[in-house]
Amino acid sequence: MAATAAVLKSEWTKIRSVRSTVWTLSLAAVITIGLGLLISLLANNEFRKMPLQERLTFDPTYISFAGMGIGQLLMIVFGVLVVSNEYSTGMIRSSLAAVPQRGQFLFGKITIATLLALVVGEITSFIAFFVGQAMLGSHRTQISNPGVLRAVVGGGLYMALIAMFAMGCAAMLRSPLLSLSILMPFFFLISNILGSVSATKKVARYLPDQAGQKIMMVVTRNDGRPYGPWVGLLIMAAWVAAALLGGYALLKKRDA
Amino acid sequence: MIELQALTKHFGDKVAVDHLTFTVRPGIVTGFLGPNGAGKSTTMRMMLGLDLPTAGDVRINGKHYADLREPLTYIGALLEAKAWHPGRSAYHHLLCLAQSNRIPAPRVREVLDTVGLTSVAKKRTKGFSLGMGQRLGIAAALLGDPRVLLFDEPVNGLDPEGIHWIRNMMKGLAAQGRTVFVSSHLMSEMALTAEHLVVIGQGRLLADTSMAEFIAQNARSFVRIRTPQPEALRDALHSTGITAMASSDGAFEVSDARAAQLGELAAEHRIVLHELSPQQASLEEAFMRLTAETVEYHAHDGEEPPAEGRPAWGEGWKQSEGA
Repeated sequence: MAATAAVLKSEWTKIRSVRSTVWTLSLAAVITIGLGLLISLLANNEFRKMPLQERLTFDPTYISFAGMGIGQLLMIVFGVLVVSNEYSTGMIRSSLAAVPQRGQFLFGKITIATLLALVVGEITSFIAFFVGQAMLGSHRTQISNPGVLRAVVGGGLYMALIAMFAMGCAAMLRSPLLSLSILMPFFFLISNILGSVSATKKVARYLPDQAGQKIMMVVTRNDGRPYGPWVGLLIMAAWVAAALLGGYALLKKRDA
Repeated sequence: MIELQALTKHFGDKVAVDHLTFTVRPGIVTGFLGPNGAGKSTTMRMMLGLDLPTAGDVRINGKHYADLREPLTYIGALLEAKAWHPGRSAYHHLLCLAQSNRIPAPRVREVLDTVGLTSVAKKRTKGFSLGMGQRLGIAAALLGDPRVLLFDEPVNGLDPEGIHWIRNMMKGLAAQGRTVFVSSHLMSEMALTAEHLVVIGQGRLLADTSMAEFIAQNARSFVRIRTPQPEALRDALHSTGITAMASSDGAFEVSDARAAQLGELAAEHRIVLHELSPQQASLEEAFMRLTAETVEYHAHDGEEPPAEGRPAWGEGWKQSEGA
């Protein structure tokens, strides 16, 4: 296992020695927290004008995560760059010459990047929650309320998983441009459109982001998702596993 | 020691490397020669496990590259294309490679010093010149203090000073008893550095021989004769069974007799000679002759039509684009 430790150490050096790591992760945190703050503030001010139905199902925890929709895009950029930069720069040739066990190389890289995304995701999620609650005034919830801690921890897990999914896709597609031009519009627009059109609604619930977001909800509203928060996260994890296996299978047989 | 056994690589329909079998022996510089597109880089990439062979086998010290633990301590390589992240410093590039092979970190400083990059070690490699890039690539190759070194076209695009530096570096490494395998498309470059030669063309092995033997075999020697009495000379040569080729400037070229013999023959027949000089074809010429059949990208001057039965230049390109 010493060899695995060596690969992890090497990947940690790689990830901390390029600027894109710092700016993608810090932007992910700032946007998630900032937008969460703004929307929580608006929700508090507009609460009286909301329709009754919405007021009854108001989920103060989920509202504080409103920045996640954009914040996750930065996590995707992080995940894509971590993997595809190897290809776009030619570094992959040095990397695979140093670590010809391709599985060890890929999963070493993904382990380090995921751990980093998880740490940043959890910190972001907790800050977004507390900042959001501070803005919600009398409509706030407490971390000790049932399901709230699970949702906040889940927010960090969600961010790590979405980054992982991006890493798997980038391992398959190799090009950063191609990876981003598929993943960004998909998670920014297409998934949301599919989720609101009645014809595709039922299928869209099983897309990675929509399934994963269930973990951040506390008030089980009439969202029609026929699964609980952890099953939702599991569905997302299955997508992630599929992307990673696909990336591994292609890396294994492809010329570098 | 690097052993290739019927190593073959196809890219779709195209055969890049075709049943290559040869051995790179330790302790000498082996030159790997071939025209552009002959399959040199592909062969080297297969040695490093970067490209996977379609068929055949390549082993480093008896092992497949993928089975080597800490491969940088066995074999170091300078590849033709840049193989680093431009946003990372030279130091961190080498550090992450060192860590993956459990090479102690102080070794990074050592190799940076060896190649003369210490002063720019902390700078991002984005601004590096071609020569600095080659130095960084060589530093990475030397990192694990390997016994086997591969250099793919190491002097390509370098200025004379850089070429000189790399040449000395390679000779020094071989003098330390290491195996050095260098590819080039320039015979003249190889003649200065290599002891042994492996020549390929269109992926096939054309020669696997020592440099001295290659020179003896391929550097065609002949005698140039010039005379105001060409008919008399031709008759005299003919009578002794020596064949002479007329060269374009009116001289004769004789390759199956020595100058002394020809001078005596001319004297015997009372033929006036204006020139009698032994000539040796250059190695570059020998190399061109050896690979002439297999050159991938011919530059035609438009005078000679493409040979029959062979596709015209550019045809293959059109086909592959249509496919």
